[in-house]
Amino acid sequence: MTAWLERQIPKMVLAPSFVAVLIFVYGFIGWTAWVSLTRSRLLPKYDLHGFIQYKRLLASPRWDTAMDNLFVFGALFIGISMLLGLLLAILLDQKIRVEGVLRTIYLYPMALSMIVTGTAWKWIMNPGLGLEAMVRSWGFESFSFAWVIDPKMAIYAVVIAGVWQASGFVMALFLAGLRSVDGEIIKAAQVDGIPGWRIYSAIILPSMAPIFLSAFIVLAHLAIKSFDLVIALTGGGPGYATDLPATYMYAMAFSRGDIGQAASSAMVMMAVVFAIVVPYLYSELRAKHD
Amino acid sequence: MRNSVFAATSTLALLAAVSVSAGPQAEVLHWWTSGGEAKSVAVLQEEFAANGGTWTDMPVAGGGGDAAMTALRARVLSGNAPAAVQLKGPAIQEWFDEGVLADISSVAEAEGWDKVLPASIAAHMKCEGSWCAAPVNVHRVDWLWANAEILSANDIEMPTSWAEFNAAADKLQAAGVIPLAHGGQAWQDATVFEVVALGILGVEGFHKAFVELDPATLTSDKMHAVFDQMRKMRGYVDSNFPGRDWNLATSMVMNGEAAFQIMGDWAKGEFLAAGKVPGEDFLCASAPGNGFLYNVDSFAMFDVDGAEKQDGQALLAKLIVGQNFQKVFNLNKGSIPARVDVNMAEFDSCAHLSAAEMTSSSKEGSLLPSYAHGMALRGAQSGAITDVVTAHFNSDMSSDEAVTMLENAVRNSL
Amino acid sequence: MTDFISSTGLPAASRAPSRPAQIALRWLLFTLLGVFALFYLMPLFVMVTTSLKSLEEIRTGSLVAFPREITFEAWRTAWSGACTGIQCEGLRPYFWNSVILAVPAVLISTFLGAANGYVIAQWNFRGANLIFSAMLFGCFIPFQVVLLPMARMLGLMGIAGTIPGLMFAHVIYGIGFTTLFFRNFYVTVPGDLVKAAKVDGAGFFRIFWSIFLPLSLPIFVVTVIWQFTQIWNDFLFGVSFSQAGTQPVTVALNNIVNSTTGVKEYNVDMAAAIIAALPTLLVYVVAGKYFIRGLTAGSVKG
Repeated sequence: MTAWLERQIPKMVLAPSFVAVLIFVYGFIGWTAWVSLTRSRLLPKYDLHGFIQYKRLLASPRWDTAMDNLFVFGALFIGISMLLGLLLAILLDQKIRVEGVLRTIYLYPMALSMIVTGTAWKWIMNPGLGLEAMVRSWGFESFSFAWVIDPKMAIYAVVIAGVWQASGFVMALFLAGLRSVDGEIIKAAQVDGIPGWRIYSAIILPSMAPIFLSAFIVLAHLAIKSFDLVIALTGGGPGYATDLPATYMYAMAFSRGDIGQAASSAMVMMAVVFAIVVPYLYSELRAKHD
Repeated sequence: MRNSVFAATSTLALLAAVSVSAGPQAEVLHWWTSGGEAKSVAVLQEEFAANGGTWTDMPVAGGGGDAAMTALRARVLSGNAPAAVQLKGPAIQEWFDEGVLADISSVAEAEGWDKVLPASIAAHMKCEGSWCAAPVNVHRVDWLWANAEILSANDIEMPTSWAEFNAAADKLQAAGVIPLAHGGQAWQDATVFEVVALGILGVEGFHKAFVELDPATLTSDKMHAVFDQMRKMRGYVDSNFPGRDWNLATSMVMNGEAAFQIMGDWAKGEFLAAGKVPGEDFLCASAPGNGFLYNVDSFAMFDVDGAEKQDGQALLAKLIVGQNFQKVFNLNKGSIPARVDVNMAEFDSCAHLSAAEMTSSSKEGSLLPSYAHGMALRGAQSGAITDVVTAHFNSDMSSDEAVTMLENAVRNSL
Repeated sequence: MTDFISSTGLPAASRAPSRPAQIALRWLLFTLLGVFALFYLMPLFVMVTTSLKSLEEIRTGSLVAFPREITFEAWRTAWSGACTGIQCEGLRPYFWNSVILAVPAVLISTFLGAANGYVIAQWNFRGANLIFSAMLFGCFIPFQVVLLPMARMLGLMGIAGTIPGLMFAHVIYGIGFTTLFFRNFYVTVPGDLVKAAKVDGAGFFRIFWSIFLPLSLPIFVVTVIWQFTQIWNDFLFGVSFSQAGTQPVTVALNNIVNSTTGVKEYNVDMAAAIIAALPTLLVYVVAGKYFIRGLTAGSVKG
């Protein structure tokens, strides 16, 4: 009896969390799926009306923009943050005396929410008030940095702020990775006279593959959830040029009283998440338990 | 840690204090959090307290009420609705349809609201015949604000037609002045759009397009003309406009960087706060065209349990429409009282103009709800229109494309 | 897991070339690092300088410039005088709401994560991996999606609008990440250790208590930092699941910063923003070193 109990303890410890996740994640996804098939407006209604909300979604040019933006933003945000994070980690790993200070400087943006830094970014990016005005006042009259007011470029301005916020965290991940590479192998390579860049590209980076994956997942999750960033920086503008699925969904659900439409956009978002995350989870768990 | 314990106990003490008091109570959800507005709400709270009431403040700013609406939905769904909520336009009737609003007819009838409110504004406060909201003020949206000095220096009169406006703007542009101060946020684009539309479509056309959503009007030649004029307006705006807050646009007019601004009369508060005098430093006039676009703030009462809370709602409703609050609040806010029998002696010349035109428009039947400020349509419909307006204004889309897009968007908005 | 702070360095790059080249490389390195530091510091610089200016100076001067005259007036207003509605008590009362919300929520979700991670990593039973995947997927659910059903649930549970209700929401949606962190950390502990302990007669809790917890400091730090940042900075849950008297500091900050009409006091806005961010900033500055160590110690090995 006690032995049986002893064996059940791990399951009992995990059970509450599992039940909570079942209800509060999967139950709610199911709820959203249901609502996405209704004509809910201000508050959720439960009479099914088929796929009308999805038809509306696909007919909306604004949703098109939001999805396009998600891919542009997602690709650039993840790519640049990874590269910059890696670069900073390698630079910081050169036995620098002020490493602690620099590391903190690179890392601190992750501590701040965009509600806090949004206004500052808005000013810096604004050509009349911020960087452009400042550089011009130094005498470089032709200097131009007006992305945030250009509908075609504004999404790239959002990428800059996004990279600013997340790249330090990626740097921390990579730095940790560099520090856990086996020192003996590197010493051996140095003794053999292999040049430094080769050591990085042939020995160190390949050994950090799992970290690339972790960084990718953290960044992908930030990209998909990006909401504060856009709201604080551009409010989705100019026009709706910087709308993302998360901001689209929020606008529909809460400022327009169109909850059915919001639910359908949420389901599409979730499908995108699923397509990205499931292969990762699969490979992750396969690798671990072989 | 000691501080957090202290905070916890003081929060508990506060809660205890609230639940012990037996007088009228009201938790009020609103988004008037900034200086002048917050002071105006404080007037109401003081009156409420003077009548023995306990006011619990629940301010949620941001996005012109979006954040507050998020909070409201969550509160209603959790069965914990606040007693009074800042709500306006058709949203009031939408919430009523969800079956969550309280009836305040007894107060309204006892106070004779029907006699003191213009009929079209009173209609917004009623849900299927009973009263369900209390109006606070009337903002006029179709205002043209101008810098007096720039106009006289360039020998320009306040324009009374869009042709005159364009002539004046071309002249100003040639003189190196930004003709129109504007902030590129969707709601500001929509504000300019509806003011232009009122001028070009006329009172009847505006009603057909933005209240009835009549497809013929939405695709008419006149609607093309409205988008043509919007394209012109875009040319009169400086290149740095996207994302600019409306109050920064107002200070451009104040500082002489720009000549005109099209904005509701909350802009007046900015001028006055900077010590500017209407008629001398800045000019206010109704924008070209007939009619009066109103944006009425109001409070709706939600169904709550408990006699104390219901007493609180009744008292609050009574005070909101009361003479004193209507006067003091609107002096602060730049708008005019919703009730027509308030003594206007302390108000400025712009407010007098607004009040006079509201009365005359009400008689002529040209008192129109503002679509851009959520008075005319459900959120999904007005939002769909605004999407088109802001997409057109912020790109090089042709008027033809815009009209087609408008038609589709409205059809797609359910 | 040993020696995780030793630098891999790159002595090869600096040893082989001649001395002037080495010095030039060094300078290049520092220039690069410095330029990036400026990029990262820029918004903070704008915020701090603006908060120290008077409103008059902000109106007339450049936004990106040092203050001519330093005044702490805005800081005092932001802390104890700014209006967030009809109450003009600044951020102070909301700040404490956030503290009594965040501290227990962080601790609870961290301990749950530790227990879950321990089970999944070391007491693997059939289906445990599926459960783990299910939890991980939960990390990715956009919070906007759960807002309305969560509100309904909190109402049914009778904790709507209360700090425990808010705490509950944060704990639920924090479990995914905390479990991930601890599981990835505990998975690096050799299974033989557990086997040996079992042979010695130690049970589930005993092994956790005397073997795993003492090892856990680095990952504990990482998890606490992550959770604290998430919970402290959250606005969406804060604005939806609170009511008058329980609003966290981000909601108050939003009320100060997002005035719809009226004069914008940018210096107060900025001071308020910095005050609201101080706890998380402090955590990163003080614990940043342990953060890297914790990450090094296995959590990111994936």
